[in-house]
Amino acid sequence: MTTTLANGPGGTPPDLAGRASANANRRRVTRVAFALLAPTLIAMAVVVVYPIVISIINSLQTDFATIDPKTGLFEKGGFVGLQNYTNWLLQQCQSGGKTITCPAGTNQSQFYDAIFATFFFTVVTVTLETVIGMWMALVMNRNFRGRGILRAAVLVPWAIPTAVTAQLWYFIFATNGVLNSVLHINTLWTADLWASRWAIIIADTWKTTPFMALLILAGLQLIPEDTYEAARMDGASTAQAFVRITLPLVRPALVVAILFRTLDALRMYDLPAILTQGGGGGGDATTTLSILVVRELTSHIDSASALSTITFIIIFLVAFLFIRFFGANVTGNPEKSQRVAKEA
Amino acid sequence: MTTVAGPAAGIAERPVVNEASRARAAARRRRTAGAAARTAVQAVVIVVWCLLPFYWMIVTSFRDPKYTYDTTPFFSHITFSNYLNAFNTAAGNQLGLALANSFGIDVAVTVIALVLGISAAYALARLQFPGKGLVMGAILGASMFPGVAILTPLFGLFSTLGWSGQYQALIIPYIAGALPLTVYTLNSFFREMPWELEEAARIDGCTPFQAFRIVILPLAAPAVFTTAILAFIASWNEYLLASVLSGTQTQTVTVAIANFSSTVPHEIPYTNIMAAGVVVTIPLIILVLIFQRRIVAGLTAGGVKG
Repeated sequence: MTTTLANGPGGTPPDLAGRASANANRRRVTRVAFALLAPTLIAMAVVVVYPIVISIINSLQTDFATIDPKTGLFEKGGFVGLQNYTNWLLQQCQSGGKTITCPAGTNQSQFYDAIFATFFFTVVTVTLETVIGMWMALVMNRNFRGRGILRAAVLVPWAIPTAVTAQLWYFIFATNGVLNSVLHINTLWTADLWASRWAIIIADTWKTTPFMALLILAGLQLIPEDTYEAARMDGASTAQAFVRITLPLVRPALVVAILFRTLDALRMYDLPAILTQGGGGGGDATTTLSILVVRELTSHIDSASALSTITFIIIFLVAFLFIRFFGANVTGNPEKSQRVAKEA
Repeated sequence: MTTVAGPAAGIAERPVVNEASRARAAARRRRTAGAAARTAVQAVVIVVWCLLPFYWMIVTSFRDPKYTYDTTPFFSHITFSNYLNAFNTAAGNQLGLALANSFGIDVAVTVIALVLGISAAYALARLQFPGKGLVMGAILGASMFPGVAILTPLFGLFSTLGWSGQYQALIIPYIAGALPLTVYTLNSFFREMPWELEEAARIDGCTPFQAFRIVILPLAAPAVFTTAILAFIASWNEYLLASVLSGTQTQTVTVAIANFSSTVPHEIPYTNIMAAGVVVTIPLIILVLIFQRRIVAGLTAGGVKG
C-alpha cells in the first residue's frame, strides 16, 4: 500500500499495485500453462495439422499427367483447383483429356451410395444404441444382487477389438453359420444388398451399445435418489418419473454420448471393411466414405485426399450443427456436476 | 448412492396403523417383488446378449475344423489344433509376430502420449489462462477427425520417405489418436483431485515441484494408470491406419486377424480365426475385468460433465 502512495501522484486508487502484481501473476501463470502445453501442441501440430495441410494441398493437384504449356511435354501433377472435388460431387471422370460422367464401377460413381451408406449406418446404429443403451443403463442403475456380473458382462463387447468383432460376426452370419442354422433361414448375410447392411448394423450395435450404456449410466448416477423418492410421494408413476425426471436430468450426458457415437459412426471403417470385405451386396452396399477413401488411395492419392477432406468437412459440419442445436457441453463444467455428484 | 434397498425396507420399519395401510403396504411389497423379478429377467437378457457371441467364439475356437458349422451349444469335438494353427508361420499366419508388434507399438504410443499429455492435462485442469477453452476445443476437435484425413497424406509421405512398413509409420499416426484421448481423460480426472493438499504442502514449505511430486503424483497415479490402459486398448484395437501403413513385418494384431490365411484353398478357416480372436481378446478382457471400476470411470469421465 505504501509503495502505491509513494509511486502514484495523489489520488491513485490504493489497490493499483495489487492489481499490477495480479496482472504479473496472471501473465506468469499463462506462461507456465503454455510451457506445459507446448509438448502436446507441438506434437499435435506435427501428427495432425501438418498431415491435414498436406492433404488439402494434395487434393488441389491432379493424379494424372498434364501437358506443361512451356515444354509441351506430359508432366505429373500440377494444380487443378477444385477439380478433384467436383469429380466426386458430380461423379465425373477424366478420360482422354475430356470430362465424362463416370462409368459404373469407378469409385466416383459410388460417391452418393457411400454417402447414403454412411448416413444410413449412422442414423440407424446411433438410434438403436441410444434406445438399447438407455434400457441397459436403467437396468444397471437398479440395486440388485448380481449387478456386478451385469456391469462386467457389458464391458466384454466393448473390450473386443472391432477387427475381431467383424470376424466373429462374419462367422455367425456365414451361409452355413449358426444364425441361419438356428433360425432355419438361408439369408446371404454378406452378399445380399440389405441383409449385408443389417449385418453391419447388428454387429455394430452389439459392439458399441455397452459404451453408450456406460455413458448414460454415469449420467443416471448423478441424479439424487431423493428426487425419485419425492416423485413417488407425490404419486408419480414410473413412466412419469422417467419422462419428467430421468430424461431431463440425464440429457447432458445423453447428448454428449450421442455426439461421440455419431462422430464415430460417420467414420466407420473396420466392420464393413472386414465383415463384408468393403463391399457387401453388389459390391458397394456397405461401402462407407472411409472405405471409399482407402479404395481410391492406392491408385489416386490426390483424388483420395479430396474425398478425405470432404469426409472431414461432413463430420465437422455434423458436429457443429449438433452442438449448435442440442447444446452438447463437451468441454465440461466441472463445478456443477461435481456438486451434484457429491450430493448424490 | 443411498444405501436404502428400496421402498419395502422403509415401510417394514414403520408401524402399520390400520387395515387399509396394511393392505397398501402388502400391495407395494408385491409390486416390489414383481419389479425385482422383472429386473432379474432384463439383467439376464442383457448378460446373454453381451456374452453369447463371445461364448460362441470360444466354443468354436476349441472345435475340430470338421465340425465348424456344428450348432451344439456347448464345447464338443474339442481340439487345440486351432490355436497351434493360428501361430503356424508355415501356413502364413504371423500371429506371434503381430502380437509382439502390437505390444511394442502400443506401449511406445502409450508412453509417448502420457509423457506429453500429463503436463498438458495438468495445465488445463489446474491453471486459469486466456485461450484455455480454445486449446481444449482444439484437442477435442483433433479427437473427432476421421482417421482417413491423416491417412491419405501420411501414406504418400511415408512412401516418399521409405518409411512404409516400418514401426514409426504406425507409431506417429497412432499418437494422433492417443494423445487427445490421454489429455481429455487425464484432464477430467485431474479436475476432481484435492488440489488443496498441494497448496497445504506449499504452505508447509515445499517447493511447487516438491508439492507436485510428493503430494499430487501419488494421488494421480491411479488416474494416469487408467488413462494408460484406455490409450493402450484404443491403440490395440486400431485397424484403419494399420491396414494401410503396416507391412508384412510390422503388421498389428487387427491386421493379422483381418487377413487370416487358410491352409486349404477356398476355405475360410473359421475355427483358426476364432482361436486367433480369442488370443487377441483375452488379454484385454482380463485387463478390463481386473480394472473394471477404473476403466468405467475413465471411459465416462469426459462424458458426464456439465
